[in-house]
Amino acid sequence: MIWKTIKVNFHRLGSPPTFYRLAQVLAPWLWAGFAVCAAIGLYQALYVVPPDYQQSDSFRILYIHVPAAWQAMAGYVVMAILAVIALVWRIRTVEIMAMAGAPIGAAFTFICLATGSLWGRPMWGTWWAWDARLTSMLVLLFIYLGIMGLYAAFEDRRKGARVACILILVGIVNIPIIHFSVEWWTTLHQGATIRLFSGESTMHESMMPPLIWMTIAVKLMFGAALLDRSRNDLLDQDRRKGWVQARLGESA
Amino acid sequence: MIVRSMSALIERDLRLAIRHGGESLMPLIFLFSVIILIPLGVGPGPNLLAAIAPGMIWVAALLASLLALENLFRPDLDDGTLEQWWIGDCPAGALVVARLFSHWLITAVPVIVFAPLAAQMLYLPAEALGVLVLSLLLGTPILSLVGGLAAALTLGTNRGSVLLSILVFPLIVPVLIFATGAVSAAADGLSARAHLGLLGALLILAITLVPLATSAALRLNIE
Amino acid sequence: MSRMLETHQATYARSGEPVFEPVDLALDAGQALIVLGPNGCGKTTLLRMLAGILRPWQGKIIRHCQPAFLGHLPAFKGDLSCRENLAFQRRFHGGAGLDESRALARVGLAGLGLRPARTLSAGQKRRLGLAGLLVAPGSLWLLDEPYASLDDSGSELVDHLLTEHLAGGGAVALSAHQRKPAIAVDPVRLELKAAEMLP
Repeated sequence: MIWKTIKVNFHRLGSPPTFYRLAQVLAPWLWAGFAVCAAIGLYQALYVVPPDYQQSDSFRILYIHVPAAWQAMAGYVVMAILAVIALVWRIRTVEIMAMAGAPIGAAFTFICLATGSLWGRPMWGTWWAWDARLTSMLVLLFIYLGIMGLYAAFEDRRKGARVACILILVGIVNIPIIHFSVEWWTTLHQGATIRLFSGESTMHESMMPPLIWMTIAVKLMFGAALLDRSRNDLLDQDRRKGWVQARLGESA
Repeated sequence: MIVRSMSALIERDLRLAIRHGGESLMPLIFLFSVIILIPLGVGPGPNLLAAIAPGMIWVAALLASLLALENLFRPDLDDGTLEQWWIGDCPAGALVVARLFSHWLITAVPVIVFAPLAAQMLYLPAEALGVLVLSLLLGTPILSLVGGLAAALTLGTNRGSVLLSILVFPLIVPVLIFATGAVSAAADGLSARAHLGLLGALLILAITLVPLATSAALRLNIE
Repeated sequence: MSRMLETHQATYARSGEPVFEPVDLALDAGQALIVLGPNGCGKTTLLRMLAGILRPWQGKIIRHCQPAFLGHLPAFKGDLSCRENLAFQRRFHGGAGLDESRALARVGLAGLGLRPARTLSAGQKRRLGLAGLLVAPGSLWLLDEPYASLDDSGSELVDHLLTEHLAGGGAVALSAHQRKPAIAVDPVRLELKAAEMLP
């Protein structure tokens, strides 16, 4: 009974006009939240936190690098959840959302790799090191690119989305294995310094607040970008449909 | 019923492979062209060659297995035999397994048989040969399974071959790491059992999950 | 009289657009169904959906027996001989039908058993497809344009095979353009309508 109610509501939410309206209302709030959190986080990261006694100011790139890395992985999990929903209930808007997540996730992965490389130059003396976390991030980037390429290769965009959803699910099984195997393969990187759930953090307390602000900011930005991208894709795919023309006519 | 359909498919695939001839030879020729090019590229020093031999043989085997993927499902799609897989009682996942098994027999087994010779050409220590063959026996079926999945995913597109390698490469990273790890360990006189065990675990995981995803992808692509 | 196939409001969608109006039909043993409609209204799609190759987008399809599908594509390998192709189909579909040479003789291809299938003419390929129906045990035949590229004697052959199959307790659904089947049983007619675009 409850199951059925959830399903009905899901499908209602999945109807393109409803989703479009919801995304239109929600996205600006998320963008605003992102701007506020990022402003606080960046101010604290750049002016409040004292320089590190070993790395001086260069460690501050961490406040971009780490949230981007987390979001690159969290974004994949979000896509995988959307992919399950899309494949099981065949809701078109969810398929579109899953696909809209890929370029954003890929962008965060790229930011993570680029900032990591900038950080690595002064710290390790090299732009690129074949260490476990860098390598698995690079592999993740390729998985993202594979999903985007597969989706783009289909003429029928719905079919492309559904096929790419299968790939997303294959990836979610594989990513932990890749991560683990790459870790096994080499351990050159410094050990994990931030442990949220177990043991004590080896980061100084004063360094934490901006990281939290930036993490929240990045999550909000992901959500906002996801909604905006899916809204645009929906508009593009449905441009000949009645509801789009009614909506555009209304605003024109 | 399932076994009969599967064996019918395997028998027909093997018959076709024999009639086409070259299909088995292609990966083998590819393997040896890579193995011959390496010393020309990095120099004939036995120590250097022995050090890179496990990785090189495995990378060559991986690329060789990519060669034949394009023809895994496409001819069947074009002549209509693929859609017959969904008519009748035999689950398509079982037929996927049958097809991949014959593909493995045709393309991977020759590579496994000749791998010790290739390893000798790169001065791999003799005590690592057994582990090399074992790692190929465990690893190449995973290559076939993952490659089959990628082939099924890209079946409905017309630029499949470029996409294929992008899709296969990330998924195959663990196999390459554990397989070359096993061979390198054996070459250094260490035990390769941990690596081989993990490779076996990956094979079991792949054999249980990949056929399901592959048949789902095939079905989407014939629609 | 036993039920072979039922559909309840079944329809198929491509890119989220329904292809044809929902179909309700019931087919009993000994009955023939002929699917009519203009080009592009989804006759082939309907038959493929009835065969189980495509999944209905909405509605339900219940098959009470093993189907056999003969479409536009030959569904055999050009590099194998006619006999090898039939032997494969027989085993693949768990065959208990005619043996290969009798099936070939029945469709007028006697003596061509060892020829590679790719050397056959278009009409002969259609005949080989029909022979495939005889070796596999499907009691529900789903035929997409069975008269296409067949000469007069070939079309008569199709009529004969259909009559025999229906008399033997089978059922047939087929799409046809120019020629209508000349069989003893009066076929059920299904006018397929292309679906309107959704708003």
